[in-house]
Amino acid sequence: MAGIISYGAYVPLYRLGPGTAGWMAPVEKAIANFDEDSITMAVAAAIDCMNGIDRSTIDGLYFASTTSPYVEKQAATTVATASDLRRDVLTADFTNSLRAGTNALRAALDAVNAGSAKQLMVTAADMRLATPRSELEPLLGDGGAALLIGDERVAVNIVGSYSVSDEILDVWRVQGETVVSAWEERFILDEGYRSILPEAVSGLFQKYNLGAKDLTKAVYYAPDPRRHAEIGRRIGLDPAQIQPPLFGAVGNTGAAFALMMLVAALEEAKPGDRILLANYGDGADAFILEVTKQISKIKNRRGIKGYMASKKILNDYQLYASWRGFVEMSAAARRPEIVMPSASAVWRERDQNIRFYGNKCRKCGYAQYPPQLVCTNCHARGDFDDVRFSDKKAELFTYAMDYLTPSGDPPLVIAVVNFEGGGRTLNMMTDRDIDELKIGMPIEMTFRKLFTPKGVHNYYWKSMPLRG
Amino acid sequence: MEGIKDRVAIIGMGCTNFGELWEKDAIAMLVDCCFEAIEDAGIETKDIQAGWLGSVMSCWSGEPLAYALKLEYIPISRNESFCATATEAFRNACYAVAAGIYDIVIAAGVEKQKDSGFAGLGGVPMTTSGVEPPTPPAIQFALAATRYAHHYGLSYEELKTAMAKIAVKNHHNGTLSPRAHFRREITVEQALNAPMITWPLGLFDCCGVSDGAAAAIITRPELAKKFRDDYVLVKGLGVACGARQQTLQDSYDFVHVEENIAASQRAYAETGIKNPRKELDLAIVHDCFTITEMLIYEDLQFSPRGRAREDIDAGSFTLEGELPVNTDGGLKCFGHPIGASGLRMLYEVYKQLQGKAEQRQLRKADIGLTHNLGGIANSFTCAVAILGKRD
Repeated sequence: MAGIISYGAYVPLYRLGPGTAGWMAPVEKAIANFDEDSITMAVAAAIDCMNGIDRSTIDGLYFASTTSPYVEKQAATTVATASDLRRDVLTADFTNSLRAGTNALRAALDAVNAGSAKQLMVTAADMRLATPRSELEPLLGDGGAALLIGDERVAVNIVGSYSVSDEILDVWRVQGETVVSAWEERFILDEGYRSILPEAVSGLFQKYNLGAKDLTKAVYYAPDPRRHAEIGRRIGLDPAQIQPPLFGAVGNTGAAFALMMLVAALEEAKPGDRILLANYGDGADAFILEVTKQISKIKNRRGIKGYMASKKILNDYQLYASWRGFVEMSAAARRPEIVMPSASAVWRERDQNIRFYGNKCRKCGYAQYPPQLVCTNCHARGDFDDVRFSDKKAELFTYAMDYLTPSGDPPLVIAVVNFEGGGRTLNMMTDRDIDELKIGMPIEMTFRKLFTPKGVHNYYWKSMPLRG
Repeated sequence: MEGIKDRVAIIGMGCTNFGELWEKDAIAMLVDCCFEAIEDAGIETKDIQAGWLGSVMSCWSGEPLAYALKLEYIPISRNESFCATATEAFRNACYAVAAGIYDIVIAAGVEKQKDSGFAGLGGVPMTTSGVEPPTPPAIQFALAATRYAHHYGLSYEELKTAMAKIAVKNHHNGTLSPRAHFRREITVEQALNAPMITWPLGLFDCCGVSDGAAAAIITRPELAKKFRDDYVLVKGLGVACGARQQTLQDSYDFVHVEENIAASQRAYAETGIKNPRKELDLAIVHDCFTITEMLIYEDLQFSPRGRAREDIDAGSFTLEGELPVNTDGGLKCFGHPIGASGLRMLYEVYKQLQGKAEQRQLRKADIGLTHNLGGIANSFTCAVAILGKRD
């Protein structure tokens, strides 16, 4: 039986919250940095999920989001490449619905159960936007989750599922719009969420002859904390059975929301626990999960708990508004416009830029980035092995802080970092507090979006102070 | 292997005012500096047999030099080595004369930077994958400044003060250079309190971005005597190109520039210099940033490793010091039209050696060095030239 072999999650570093100038709401929410999007957050969650796992054993990757950066161009391929999966993998995007995360999960389970893949990675990430200052804005947050689905060494058996497809216009976003729209709340709650999610849960209970009392934990989507509590009562759950939602700290992370809550639940789960997972959006998906002894073998995940523990409150809402394009901040100085990257050059450098491969000379063992044709150390030609630098620990060797180069978060920090085991790169640094920079500090690499000239997203790796 | 020592002579030089020359384009600047050089040499344009034109972003091919001077169908090459461009144009011209191919040639360098609309260097847009981190020159050298302070245990204030003193010195020298872009004194306090450009480099740690051009007429020494008595001899030329070792090799220390060492050692060897601090009378070096001048002191063996600050405090490199550096204000104040700077440096040494440096004239100026450095984030081209008086 297919189930969850491993899990991972990602919560961005920054928060809007009390302490953010211009932020009116009394709650916090997680916000992606200016250089993050659903793709980069999915990569971070996948890398968390793959810690200690041989990446070559993964047969595919699904990406779920309502905020995929392109209308036409697959995101899953970028996530799979940055995750350094094999070339002969199945990739697919699940989009256009808040239910996309569990749609992808269901498809992965079906593929593994049918024997067409041994292990599939399900990633979900979202960063939905609400109109600035609207009631919705404090509720929405940014983040991602990843689940590795397989049928060996399963930590969480997924015993069964039940789905409802429901045609309703409750929340939507048309092409070209950046913020979500919704119909009148009373209608969409009564005829949508409040009726459809319980329909799927009771369908699941009936199909598998279960009741609320059989659950250790219930993980389910809700648009806001009040409705989350209300649905718990409607299903007949005791408050102790309810996995706390991430409202007030992270926020509703859209297509990733239910899966992120599931990861949080699994972080506390014990063998024998029975968990309900239910998700809403254009219908509802419900799953029944059983935790096995393998759960204790999943170690060294940052997960929800780890990522939530390291956070920084953004000083000023104005900066966030500029990151999301609500206001335009003028550059510090007139600089030449950033030109669109050459598609053929991007393609040619896909391994060094997206997989973040350098190489190591077979003659002298010297590690170097970018990958070289002639060794910088012994000058031998063409005898190298690929080395993936994306998950290597590093140390800050020197840095500069530039106040003139345009950046989403000036000053632009340029860093020279040395990798454990050899190798060095010069790169842009992100998620940094300039008062905390110090030569010798531990550094990790993070997949980010550099620029978007002419709507083309250029992804690459940046350095950042080790999270946590 | 024969060196260049005493095999070519400079018989004429010219240099425009450096600055924001809104009314001049590259061609007009070339006309100004080349005719000054031609008149200084006492030749006519028809005597020029070949040309070398240095420019990073204002000229393509050698044609603009022919067009500017109306040279009739002679061979002209264009040189480009980032900020070391003009010294490279000069070096190639010297070698052609030394090889005996030509008798009289011209080397010119020009940059028209102020039409870009940008306060800093405009840059040449290149179609690449676009993932290279932006590393304008200030970032390249700020990385070294940060590491230098860490490496030698300097506090931020100690580093900033040492750099400020270099700026103060070059600003003072700039006031004595009628053709310099910036001609006013500054104080250490002003430099320390200036707005940050690229931490830890403030406004006064950075050189100007200027328009300008400079040129030299080169011939063989035996012919030089026909044109003037006080011709100047080329004593040594050294060039070194990096291979991105700074970022490919994790052992690279970022507190020196290896290209500086390789190029200067080559030039010292050709000239026969053992102790540059004692034997050189002046040095015009590539102070694109104050930290760069500080590293150069050590790389060129003017100061012991890690001890440039002591020499800065002692005033060793002022006009009255043991080895005056950047007597004309340097890039900092004379200005930095990137394709012209190497020849501007040679112009200052040439004038000092001839005793024509006006208020800046050194008491003893028999042998002088120019040091020109250009590059990207992790590699430089360094070009060093040593000029001496005729015997």
